[in-house]
Amino acid sequence: MLDYLISFLILTGAIFTFIGSLGLARLQDFYTRLHGPTKATTLGVGCLLIASSVYFSAYAAGLSLHEILITIFLFITAPVSAHMLAKAALHVELRSLVEIPEEKVIEDDAKKSEVTEVAEQADIKEVNPPSAEKVKTDA
Amino acid sequence: MLAIVIPIALTLVAAAVAMCFWRLLKGPTVLDRILALDTLYVNAIALLVLLGIHISSTLFFEAALLIALMGFIGTVALCKYLMRGDIIE
Repeated sequence: MLDYLISFLILTGAIFTFIGSLGLARLQDFYTRLHGPTKATTLGVGCLLIASSVYFSAYAAGLSLHEILITIFLFITAPVSAHMLAKAALHVELRSLVEIPEEKVIEDDAKKSEVTEVAEQADIKEVNPPSAEKVKTDA
Repeated sequence: MLAIVIPIALTLVAAAVAMCFWRLLKGPTVLDRILALDTLYVNAIALLVLLGIHISSTLFFEAALLIALMGFIGTVALCKYLMRGDIIE
């Protein structure tokens, strides 16, 4: 019975590890590639380590808790390193595959220019400086 | 049961390591290579744990822990270098 549990955990872990690396190799974009391994490998290695813990608790002398230590360490550090990688990618200004839609940008620019024109007109017409400043900061 | 499952799992993880190496060699940017190295560390831990179950030896846990530690430090140091141009400010 215990053998079946250990086998199930080992197979699940190995399959998750495989899928994570498959995502790393096959996905198109750095940001999507970041998603694959960080989730799948922690789950996969977590399953493997729990299987190892069960195995050595059952067949060796005493309770085996080294694996829990590794699991906790991995679960703490994996999100941190993924966060650092994403931050570095944003800093290097890596492009994602999803392009910024150009029409919307132009529309936004047109709106902005209209608003600034209105603000300038208001500036000219009104002699009240604080309200003009407010409009400017809003624009 | 375990005698059948462990070689299958070892094959799957070895295939995962091969794909990480492919991304490490091909990766268009530096960050892809760093990510491939990070995944390679995790896969190495998985391989070590599987091998430990296979030959029922507890010797490999310290090695796995050390690999986890060094992998994390390496990834963070490389990312820091890319972001700041310096590791310790």
